[in-house]
Amino acid sequence: MDQTFLVNVFGSCDRCFKQRALRPVFKKSEQLNYCSLCVEIMAADGLHENETLASLKSEAESLKGKLEEERAKLHDVELHQVAERVEALGQFVMKTRRTLKGHGNKVLCMDWCKDKRRLVSSSQDGKVIVWDSFTTNKEHAVTMPCTWVMACAYAPSGCAIACGGLDNKCSVYPLTFDKNENMAAKKKSVAMHTNYLSACSFTNSDMQILTASGDGTCALWDVESGQLLQSFHGHGADVLCLDLAPSETGNTFVSGGCDKKAMVWDMRSGQCVQAFETHESDINSVRYYPSGDAFASGSDDATCRLYDLRADREVAIYSKESIIFGASSVDFSLSGRLLFAGYNDYTINVWDVLKGSRVSILFGHENRVSTLRVSPDGTAFCSGSWDHTLRVWA
Amino acid sequence: MAASPAPLGGHPRVQRPHLSKMERMVVTMQDPDQGVRMRSQRLLVTVIPHAVNGSDIVEWLMQKYSIAEDEALHLGSLLVQHGYLYPLRDPRRLELRPDETPYRFQTPYFWTSTLWPAAELDYAIYLAKKNIRKQGTLVDHEKEHYHQLHRKINHAWDLVMMQAREQLRAAKQRRKGDRLVIACQEQTYWLVNRPPPGAPSVLEQGPGRGPCTAGRVPMTKTLDFYRREVECLRRALGRARVKSSTCLEAYLKFSSQHGPHDPIMSGCLPSNPWVTDDDAYWAMNAPSVAMPTRLRVEQWAFSFRELLEDPVGRAHFMDFLGQEFSAENLSFWEACEELRHGGQAQVPALVDAVYQQFLAPGAARWVNIDSRTMEQTLAGLTQPHRHVLDDAQRHIYLLMKKDSYPRFLKSDLYRDLRAEAVVPLETKRRVFPFMRKPRHSSPSPALLPASASGEPVGGDGDGET
Repeated sequence: MDQTFLVNVFGSCDRCFKQRALRPVFKKSEQLNYCSLCVEIMAADGLHENETLASLKSEAESLKGKLEEERAKLHDVELHQVAERVEALGQFVMKTRRTLKGHGNKVLCMDWCKDKRRLVSSSQDGKVIVWDSFTTNKEHAVTMPCTWVMACAYAPSGCAIACGGLDNKCSVYPLTFDKNENMAAKKKSVAMHTNYLSACSFTNSDMQILTASGDGTCALWDVESGQLLQSFHGHGADVLCLDLAPSETGNTFVSGGCDKKAMVWDMRSGQCVQAFETHESDINSVRYYPSGDAFASGSDDATCRLYDLRADREVAIYSKESIIFGASSVDFSLSGRLLFAGYNDYTINVWDVLKGSRVSILFGHENRVSTLRVSPDGTAFCSGSWDHTLRVWA
Repeated sequence: MAASPAPLGGHPRVQRPHLSKMERMVVTMQDPDQGVRMRSQRLLVTVIPHAVNGSDIVEWLMQKYSIAEDEALHLGSLLVQHGYLYPLRDPRRLELRPDETPYRFQTPYFWTSTLWPAAELDYAIYLAKKNIRKQGTLVDHEKEHYHQLHRKINHAWDLVMMQAREQLRAAKQRRKGDRLVIACQEQTYWLVNRPPPGAPSVLEQGPGRGPCTAGRVPMTKTLDFYRREVECLRRALGRARVKSSTCLEAYLKFSSQHGPHDPIMSGCLPSNPWVTDDDAYWAMNAPSVAMPTRLRVEQWAFSFRELLEDPVGRAHFMDFLGQEFSAENLSFWEACEELRHGGQAQVPALVDAVYQQFLAPGAARWVNIDSRTMEQTLAGLTQPHRHVLDDAQRHIYLLMKKDSYPRFLKSDLYRDLRAEAVVPLETKRRVFPFMRKPRHSSPSPALLPASASGEPVGGDGDGET
């Protein structure tokens, strides 16, 4: 016959250390002994913590509401209204001027070199290729030890590239023309995340890299030592993209994620400076307007949007009923008048940023457009696609 | 069909909003009043109702969404590729032909979003049915799949064969027209979910995102997360905001100012290298060219930032500052940039060098910072870090921007530069291919020696031949 005994142990409480009658409390198979007073206090604390969580959530919601109200107060005119007096753009003819074939699988990312003609591209099968896209020659190729290399970047000096993906890391490869040297031998592992790397970018020099990851954070790293200089927490889901601000004195960047939020960060403090949550789905791409006062975003909800940083609100939506596939990648022309957006329906749409209208649609790719960047001097833009090719348009 | 919609773990993310949009579109297309014109299609001896022509589909899309024919054809093709429309004749090829080719709308039961992911058991039954009905109708890749499945779900093979026979028997009791339609519907579903090799899979996704994909624990929204969010929101509420009208006017100004400098908008002289295969434009606009073009010199007047970003502009500005005996300001600013963006290991040495050269009392190139900032900076130097000179840098930057820069723009130096600047002649594109210039390669920036310290990083690649 089973009998349950209630044993009254008398001793020193594990919390207040006073001599009291103790009650056993099991925490993860470890037994602790507390006096009844402490047990009551801790139970109340637990309640308190739950209250705090719920109350924080509701506080956040009410603050969001207030913020929207404040933002709306200063919104006295729409962009397309202001743009009515601007001349409409004429007919646009842009053609594929170069097709870069060489990747054996989906192209996922690309970045231009500052010399305006070279670029680096990465693909699903782990291959990273550096091209002189003007001559279409391949200059370097390296195979990463992982698949889905979703991020790649060219160093400002043109002497190195960075890339990463499902390996959760960002690695830097110095570019070498020495035939005897294996590029992979000099590889430097810089960033370490706990989930896939979705985007990376050098800051103003070869010595710092900014990364975004599926683990919901962004981070700034010192390339030489691999040291984490600053981390950026705030996204509630995977971060998919980032872009550095072309600002004068400040040090900010914007990131977009699966939580539908676009967040602007201060690189020095790690704090979120501004946040925007108007998209209806994942934000795949963010890019600053050339003046640095605004940025555009492309999302799975098939729209691109423009957010003004001084007005602190969304100021334009670029959408069309016939466009139903997500925008994967966006970039501005040099003057900021045109927004090029690559979509998952294999097309590229060209938008008049000021008037909000679609200027042109470009066909050519045979599968999703996954990446799109305008060249540093604005003479062309390059698109990469799941059809294994890259195209340079001008 | 044995399968039921497979539930995703947790609450399912709407990972493919385009599917529901396509479905809405297809429903609108079937509207009896506003939709595409439906006809009955005669196929040999059978008459199939509710069929639509390829050309009617394109026409309808053009009208409804105010788009051109090429876009309508592309959109319609996507609908067919995703299995929302299927061709009645030759159902193997999921493509939209803008002619009399008949199509029908897929039944919602077989919509991608309803019955996804496709169950292996169902595929086995489908292939078995095909095999039984007419030996040898299985295409190569189907045969392969069939054998694979036979190995994999061998234990359930009796069930598979039984189901297949049952379904075939039930189908025989239907009218010929219905049988044909159901066969088409099923075939389309499997063409989308098990595409033949070579055909792109429209259902392919990238690596799983978000917390609710298989095998990933959802990111716990901890106290910290909400605390941070609340803090961020409080800060955001305290921000100074600018009226929309003011901000938006700025875009107009920026676009009109920079429009002529935008090669895609306004072309570029002598020509766009990508169009004419002539890289003269890059040679003329190389980062450290001796004779900058007129447009380039004019751009230095747009903003201080744009002047500094251009190595040639910055060099001339340095000369100008030299004339005014304030060149140390720009040098100091450059040194601060190097500190902020340089390697961690160099920080202590750089900070010390900057102090010795610019900040120490009696320094060779002492910069004139207001006393408060100087005090704070000197105090911070005891613990040197990347951002220790930020405040001082900002102070000097604003000084140059408000004071020296406007004087530079009014100076003789700048006026002369503008007057001497080059305006290239236009080179037309050579029409005949054999007359086009060969595309010159250029030395890779990775081959050039590293720039001397003090020079702005980047822009080393020349593109010059």
